[in-house]
Amino acid sequence: MADATLTIERPSSRPRIPEWVEATLVRVAAVVAALLLCGVLLVLQGHNPWIAYTDMALGAFGSRFAIEQTLLKAIPLMLTTLGVTITFAAGLWNIGAEGQLTIGALAASWLALNHGTWPAPVLLPAMMLLGLAGGALWALLPAVPRAYVGLNEVISTLLLNYVALLVVDYLVFGPWADPTAFNFPYSPAFSDAARLPMLFGDVHLGLILALAATVIVAAVLRHTVWGYELRTSGASAGAARYAGMPVTRNILGAMAAGGALSGLAGMAEVSGMIFRVQQGISPGYGYSAIIIAWLAKLNPWAAVPVAVLFAGLLNGGYALQTSKVPAAITYMIQAAILFLVVAGEALLARARRAREAAAQKAALGGAG
Amino acid sequence: MAEARAEPLVELRGIVKAFPGALANAGIDLTVRPGEVLALLGENGAGKTTLMNILSGLYRPDEGQIFVAGERVDLRSPRDAIARGIGMVHQHFRLVERFTVAENVLLGSRTPRFRLSPKRVVEHVRELGIRHGIELDPRAYVGDLSVGERQRVEILKVLYRGSRVVVFDEPTSVLAPQEVEVLFAGIRRIVGEGRAVVFISHKLDEVLRIATRIVVLRHGRVAGEMPCAEATPENLAMLMIGREIPSRPRAAAARGPIRLRVEDVAARGERGHLAVDGASLTVHGGEIVGVAGIAGNGQAELAETIAGIRPALRGRVWLDAHEVTGRRARQIRDRGLAFIPEDRLRQGLIPAFDVVENAILSCYRRPPVSRGGVLQRRSARDHARRVVEAFEIQATLDTRVRALSGGNQQRLLVAREAAEEPKAMIALHPTAGLDVGSTEGVHRVLLELRGRGVAVLLISEHLDEVLALSDRVLVMYRGQIVHERPAGEAGLDEIGRHMTGVGSRA
Repeated sequence: MADATLTIERPSSRPRIPEWVEATLVRVAAVVAALLLCGVLLVLQGHNPWIAYTDMALGAFGSRFAIEQTLLKAIPLMLTTLGVTITFAAGLWNIGAEGQLTIGALAASWLALNHGTWPAPVLLPAMMLLGLAGGALWALLPAVPRAYVGLNEVISTLLLNYVALLVVDYLVFGPWADPTAFNFPYSPAFSDAARLPMLFGDVHLGLILALAATVIVAAVLRHTVWGYELRTSGASAGAARYAGMPVTRNILGAMAAGGALSGLAGMAEVSGMIFRVQQGISPGYGYSAIIIAWLAKLNPWAAVPVAVLFAGLLNGGYALQTSKVPAAITYMIQAAILFLVVAGEALLARARRAREAAAQKAALGGAG
Repeated sequence: MAEARAEPLVELRGIVKAFPGALANAGIDLTVRPGEVLALLGENGAGKTTLMNILSGLYRPDEGQIFVAGERVDLRSPRDAIARGIGMVHQHFRLVERFTVAENVLLGSRTPRFRLSPKRVVEHVRELGIRHGIELDPRAYVGDLSVGERQRVEILKVLYRGSRVVVFDEPTSVLAPQEVEVLFAGIRRIVGEGRAVVFISHKLDEVLRIATRIVVLRHGRVAGEMPCAEATPENLAMLMIGREIPSRPRAAAARGPIRLRVEDVAARGERGHLAVDGASLTVHGGEIVGVAGIAGNGQAELAETIAGIRPALRGRVWLDAHEVTGRRARQIRDRGLAFIPEDRLRQGLIPAFDVVENAILSCYRRPPVSRGGVLQRRSARDHARRVVEAFEIQATLDTRVRALSGGNQQRLLVAREAAEEPKAMIALHPTAGLDVGSTEGVHRVLLELRGRGVAVLLISEHLDEVLALSDRVLVMYRGQIVHERPAGEAGLDEIGRHMTGVGSRA
């Protein structure tokens, strides 16, 4: 045996900070930097950022009521984040969680409005199923052309969000309008049987659903054959094809599963909080989900605290309005965080490459 | 000849450039003189493109000096190189499809500093084209142009910047035969003006037609240099391939029955052309069949078609007694075909995943690695450990594959495929870009498989590798198997002739 010619790889880098610690540090730094950046803008607007941020923190977590409201908003954020996480992991840039949430909400509402007399133990699970199905179907609309002819899903999923909003408009002004609401764009209120039970305060059963979904999605991605195939497709389309993975079927499956989770978020919103169909079912949860998923580095567990944080940001923004600071500051902070995380990731990757190159040069010894 | 008198435009001295796991340039000297077409010939991985990327400022050499017009220079970026009159026509065009020809030509040029006069640029580009016999409408959008026309835009770009040395990197690989004629006419016109052209290629016939001087590179060194007049396909092939054939003592082949049979297969390549056009071959168990050929003659497409990754237009494939024609890649794998693809980082491995998740890519659907759709993490780890230990890969199981050296990456890939206990194995350029040690390791695995009765199809550009390992040697040319010989009887020059398509004339 010609063992003598085997080259032993010299250690290309000493054990350093683990990757996940680096990733976490970049994210924390991005959040802090975003707050500082927006603080400067607040100062320029004549506000005291310290007071503004304190108000926000109190509005988000400062009282039992505030915490309940924050958890309430974390539910749809968690579910939509899981939805986009599945598709992102599979390399599909699904920007359509907002629309999938909306159609899921409508599908569940259809049952609530037409069969509200069913007993709750039958009605609620059926509404959940319809919510899942509605979101899945709305996600399959762009998934089919993507899978079969390669149509870019970024544009199609995004545009379908606006179509979903128009469907809501049509229903609340037309067929589903509450005849007793004096032409306000509402559907009639749901029956009690169509409302999710409360866990505590205003926080409904959706929280349990979202946490259960987190466990399931994390397990599917990491511990199932299907999850492995999805992650492989996302990390290297070439490797997926090489290994003979059913690429087309997985595109459809990932999009349907992601859409279903967002659809469930919609069901939970109408059945747990709004109790009717109206305009503005979601204040952009489906878009925030994209940022949360990115911040959590597509890790379902990490998404839970990030979603709560973002829900707090949203509530904090509302609390600010009383002190004449525009609530839009919430979206500014969100956007700044996303930009800074992406920038931080890019810098980190650069530093890593430089480090590896240096290590390799050192390992090559005299030649370099 | 005028060469001897003329002051060199560019001189490279002792250029060394190392990449992880490979020494791309190991001390190269090169002189480029005005009025000449200097052909840089060599197999893939011989270091041609690296050398030219150094010349065009894309890479910086680890050692060595660059002189332009007698002056020592330090090229820090392509911009530096352009300023010194060195322009490169890349193999993969760098054009903006939504811009016009004139806008593309202007792009990256520093001459109009601020105010653009579109009209004047269009006129200038038109003049330039007329002067060089390049017919192009400066107002046409690049997205509407053919591949040959786009290449002409790249050439105009280089000329617009006043380059005195124009480097063409494999310019004919994307062109149709008529377009090659147009390109050659353009090249002759360029050197007619006292500029120089460096023509990178591995196609002997083209080099012999266009070059005035030929430099052959092999393993990062200059293997030979001669005026074109003295060159013949035989002596060039010899220089490219190397004279010495390492002989390997080994057990006589216990040749079994036919395990892999390919009949009249045809398939299209990436650009829609007929890359494989009626290829047939058989491989017996316990046999290594080597396919020699110059890159781009359909080898990769043939391998992918057999493996079910690329659809076949016609033809049939059998594994043992089972016909697998038209089956999906997964089914063919399950029937016992292992495949080492050409591009390990894009196909064979998942760089962002750890060693464990890469080691199970070919067996994740089977017990014990997965049961009932659930991955068994412990079994997966055990499997990965066996793969890593059996082939002495220097890596911990949790390392991400992108952090491994090229040699260890390829060993992991080869080891994984060998661990599949396949009936047949296709190895496509399995040692491209590897250092000596890793190459040796890969060879050992292939021989081991042969010893276990596996049918091995080895496709490689390195003729010495093919001759050293194979029991039979096939030559692939223009999508077909044009030649077959038992390895012992195969002469280098004979194979070289068939590789360049002149075999029938012998």
